[in-house]
Amino acid sequence: MNNALDRAGWIFVAIMALAAVLVPVAALGTPEGALVHMPSYLVQLLGKYLCYAILAIALDLVWGYCGILSLGHGAFFALGGYAMGMYLMRQIGARGVYANPLLPDFMVFLNWKALPIAWWGFNSFAYAMLMVVLVPGLLALGFGWFAFRSRVTGVYLSIITQAMTFALFKEFFRNDFGFGGNNGLTDFKDILGFPLQSDAVKAGLFCVTALFVNLSYLVSRAIVRSKYGKALIATRDAESRMRFLGYRVENIKLFAFVVSAVMAGVGGALYVPQVGIINPSEFAPGNSIEAAIWVAVGGRGTLVGAAIGAIAVNFGKTYFTGALPEYWLFALGALFVGVTLFFPAGLMGALSWRWKQRAPKETGT
Amino acid sequence: MTHAIAETILSAHLRLRAISTHAFALLLAALLLLSVSTPTHADALDEAFVKLYADNFQQTEQAVAGIAASGAPHAAETLDALRDGRLFANADAKRILYKTTAGDAFDAMTGGKVDNLDGFKKVRINNGVRRALDAAMGALGVGAADPQRRIHAAHELFNNPNPTTLPIIDAQLAKEANADAKSALEEARAAIVAATPGAGNADALRAIEALAARGDKAAQNHIATLAAKRDDPAIRTAADAAIARIDRSLFLWGLAQNGWYGLSTASVLLLAAIGLAITFGVMGVINMAHGEMVMLGAYSTYAMQMLLPASMTNWSVPLALPLAFVVSAIAGVVIERFVVRYLYTRPLDTLLATWGVSLILQQAVRTLFGASNRQVYSPPFLSGAYHWGGLEITNNRLWIILLSGAVFAALLFVLHATSFGLQMRAVTQNRRMASAMGISTARVDMMAFALGSGVAGIAGVALSQIDNVSPNLGQGYIVDSFMVVVFGGVGNLWGAALGAVTLGLANKILEPLIGAVQGQIALLVFIILFIQKRPRGLFAQKGRAVES
Amino acid sequence: MSEENARLTSSLLYLDDVQVTFDGYRALRGLSLVLAPGEMRAIIGPNGAGKTTMMDVITGKTRPDVGEVYFEGRHDLTQLDEAEIATLGVGRKFQKPTVFENHTVHDNILLAAKAPRSVRATLRARPTPESGRAIERILERIRLTNVRDWRAGALSHGQKQWLEIGMLLAQDPKLLLVDEPVAGMTDSETAETAAMLKEIAREHSVVVVEHDMAFVRELDVKVTVLHEGAVLAEGSLDQVSADERVVEVYLGR
Repeated sequence: MNNALDRAGWIFVAIMALAAVLVPVAALGTPEGALVHMPSYLVQLLGKYLCYAILAIALDLVWGYCGILSLGHGAFFALGGYAMGMYLMRQIGARGVYANPLLPDFMVFLNWKALPIAWWGFNSFAYAMLMVVLVPGLLALGFGWFAFRSRVTGVYLSIITQAMTFALFKEFFRNDFGFGGNNGLTDFKDILGFPLQSDAVKAGLFCVTALFVNLSYLVSRAIVRSKYGKALIATRDAESRMRFLGYRVENIKLFAFVVSAVMAGVGGALYVPQVGIINPSEFAPGNSIEAAIWVAVGGRGTLVGAAIGAIAVNFGKTYFTGALPEYWLFALGALFVGVTLFFPAGLMGALSWRWKQRAPKETGT
Repeated sequence: MTHAIAETILSAHLRLRAISTHAFALLLAALLLLSVSTPTHADALDEAFVKLYADNFQQTEQAVAGIAASGAPHAAETLDALRDGRLFANADAKRILYKTTAGDAFDAMTGGKVDNLDGFKKVRINNGVRRALDAAMGALGVGAADPQRRIHAAHELFNNPNPTTLPIIDAQLAKEANADAKSALEEARAAIVAATPGAGNADALRAIEALAARGDKAAQNHIATLAAKRDDPAIRTAADAAIARIDRSLFLWGLAQNGWYGLSTASVLLLAAIGLAITFGVMGVINMAHGEMVMLGAYSTYAMQMLLPASMTNWSVPLALPLAFVVSAIAGVVIERFVVRYLYTRPLDTLLATWGVSLILQQAVRTLFGASNRQVYSPPFLSGAYHWGGLEITNNRLWIILLSGAVFAALLFVLHATSFGLQMRAVTQNRRMASAMGISTARVDMMAFALGSGVAGIAGVALSQIDNVSPNLGQGYIVDSFMVVVFGGVGNLWGAALGAVTLGLANKILEPLIGAVQGQIALLVFIILFIQKRPRGLFAQKGRAVES
Repeated sequence: MSEENARLTSSLLYLDDVQVTFDGYRALRGLSLVLAPGEMRAIIGPNGAGKTTMMDVITGKTRPDVGEVYFEGRHDLTQLDEAEIATLGVGRKFQKPTVFENHTVHDNILLAAKAPRSVRATLRARPTPESGRAIERILERIRLTNVRDWRAGALSHGQKQWLEIGMLLAQDPKLLLVDEPVAGMTDSETAETAAMLKEIAREHSVVVVEHDMAFVRELDVKVTVLHEGAVLAEGSLDQVSADERVVEVYLGR
């Protein structure tokens, strides 16, 4: 990680910290109609972008620094989201359509008599947050253990991760699986006793999300700057050389993969209360691949670039799908082709390229 | 689903049989007598027609038997017309007339054309009359001149056995020359014997034998009915043995049927995957737009159908094959030339870039043809089904299997008997060495992409016959195709074939056991575990060159 | 048998009747080789003799179909993977120099330096004055001190070879496997490399695979000649050069 990039990283952290304070102020502390007033839909939209930024940082940690192009990170994001969704579902309690104090509406609708074991404990926020971390983490641990141990790499690994999210995608669609089937989980009422519809809670969620973006960035930064981070990059560039040096390459990859999956899960957990729904389409293979293009646009292997890419591309998506809906897929497709062909280093890569131009003086070449 | 339908039909038949047996036993006995020795058709017919004028269901039922028994020349048309609501009665003029499907009216007695329809009223029917018609027409058909009609009548009687028709069957069996009709009649007779508790032991044993030879679920039910009403140990033993035998053969047919479904799935998988196996084998890059090449093939079929004049509609599918190949091959070359070529050393970027291409292609087709499914016409030779023993073989699936076999053979030929194939195999095995030997790897890459994409286009033509033709058609196939390639091993056609057949069969074996979605998930898990043991597939290339 | 046992227990590296087959091609056909602790050995042989495959077997990259491979008389290398074998103290230098191109020369040495390899240890690792001095000493020995902060990818071919040797030094293995260290080097670089290897051989056991006869002569150690996956001759370079069969298959006319 070079100086310019690090500087960009600190600027980003500062902006996020500022946003965590200023956005709630602009949303709550200013009168409606004022120039600086921020309507709550905008707060929500920005909060959504920031959740994607967390997912992008997570993906960059494994793709940019370890060469693992996971096309299944959307699954970790969605699993974290479901864990949060289950908590919010249990919070509805007797306020649901069927007014069942224990069972969520969809279970009453399906004529279930008892709460499935998988749903136990989700009335506790602490337990739900533990699951936000554990479920994606354990899936990544099991999946990664198998995949890395058998030295599945490159496109094989990418497609296998896609197969993983594809399998979950299909599984979550089934009503019998017990997570709301096609409709997913929705109609949430409140979180920790605060109503989700209130502007204050929306602003609060944004603030928490912005802080988590910074946390994700700083944790990832610490990881990649440690000796382990050097080993991670070395594994990406010359895996077998690392083996002959005595490194357990599979463990190196596994650690990054699990940390990344947990991070993605946290992103998903923050996403659900802000958008108000989680359903199986979050597992769609296309979502995971789209996350890869955010990282590529911002610059892989830069962390801060991934976050900026996620925000930029999603801003573009919001604009396009509103103004020219039929052209959005053309634009997104062109973005995939254009970035990989002409701009593989991404936005932050351009920054560090400028640094390299100055490099000869420092290094003597 | 089909099972439930079959059960409903079966129980309907049982009910029907119970009613008709009592109601028409006498009448059909009379019919038999009359048909053997009819003094005059007209007398019997007159008697029957009188009952129609009343327009009373019960009377109409009796009339039906009478008409059938009369042996009159127009009896069949009359009954037919009654069933379809084309029979009209004029109670005052004492005349009955039937209309043909074309709308012309004829006198039911004389067969002469009638122009004046004043005073004629439609003869109404209810379910009771309908059942009477079925039985009467069945009996009428057994003695028909056309063997096909006799067989059809026998089948009707098998499903709806009526004890009173036994003598007619016996009479026909005695003189039956057509082998198919004879066995059909024998089965019908067996079914009737089974339903007649009073039939003799010899008849019962003969029935069991005939039913066991037929060997399907219906025959098994008849045997069970037969055995239930008898105490004779010899018959019991014979019946039990026959039921067990049918169980065994049904199990085997069921297995064969599942095998057929599996083979059919495998052929589709093979068509979709083999192009991917070629491009992935030669270049080591995954074309995520491969599914869209399949989709383009399906839309080529639709385009061909639109372009051809109506008189040539039946040719649209065969003619679409070359068109689809060319369209997809050109698309493949464009992707290779403008995208993939620049990314050979970055396979993960290729994955993303071709995914972008797939989004663009999907949206382009959506803009051009609309987002909804397109109806692709199936020519007659691609619809319908064969029945062979307990096996149902649908024609479109059969042709797809033949097509994928032909495509596979053609690819084997291209790869092993042409110089291009030799070059392609060389590049697959060792790109640098091949290049050093003077093979233009850029040209081979382009040709391989064209070939792989073209084959995907052909897969699209096949899929247009069994899947919805929509812009998303290809998306479902990329993961499955890749599984086939991973399982079979890269750069080996036989590996792809074996992978497709294994996964296709496994899919269809798992489906009835644990459900379709669970079966697919189980297969994904299996493949993830499989590559633990054999990371390079079943037909892996070994050696030092492969590693790096 | 007991004599064989003694040979095994006193050896650093022990290969007996090792056979490897790739798709019907027999790369190694009963290769047997014993290396004493502290010994330096040169392996020569024509292309396809099985030199690299032998290295692959020793380092765990390839599993032999038949045969025994023991390290220090007690570790069965056929049961271990690359990382475990490397941790036992077997270092390997590849024919094509493989360094971590995106890391600085310094970081390359840091990653290779003898230290706990686990994820936990590397996450917690902090540079210490001693480890820093050790790295500087190695940089000095491989003559790369002035480029210590360059990206390794920016080094010349010869410098990369030296960096790799430096990484092996940092790894401090008991046995060093070196595959064609002077391929593509200038004459002066070759001489310097020979000097480096001899220096290393004072503290480590070394197996060098080489084509360059002048270089092998310069090393002046026991030579093993491989041919078609088995040992053809063994002895000093003068002895094997005199061997009729060796002359025929290799040194040849």
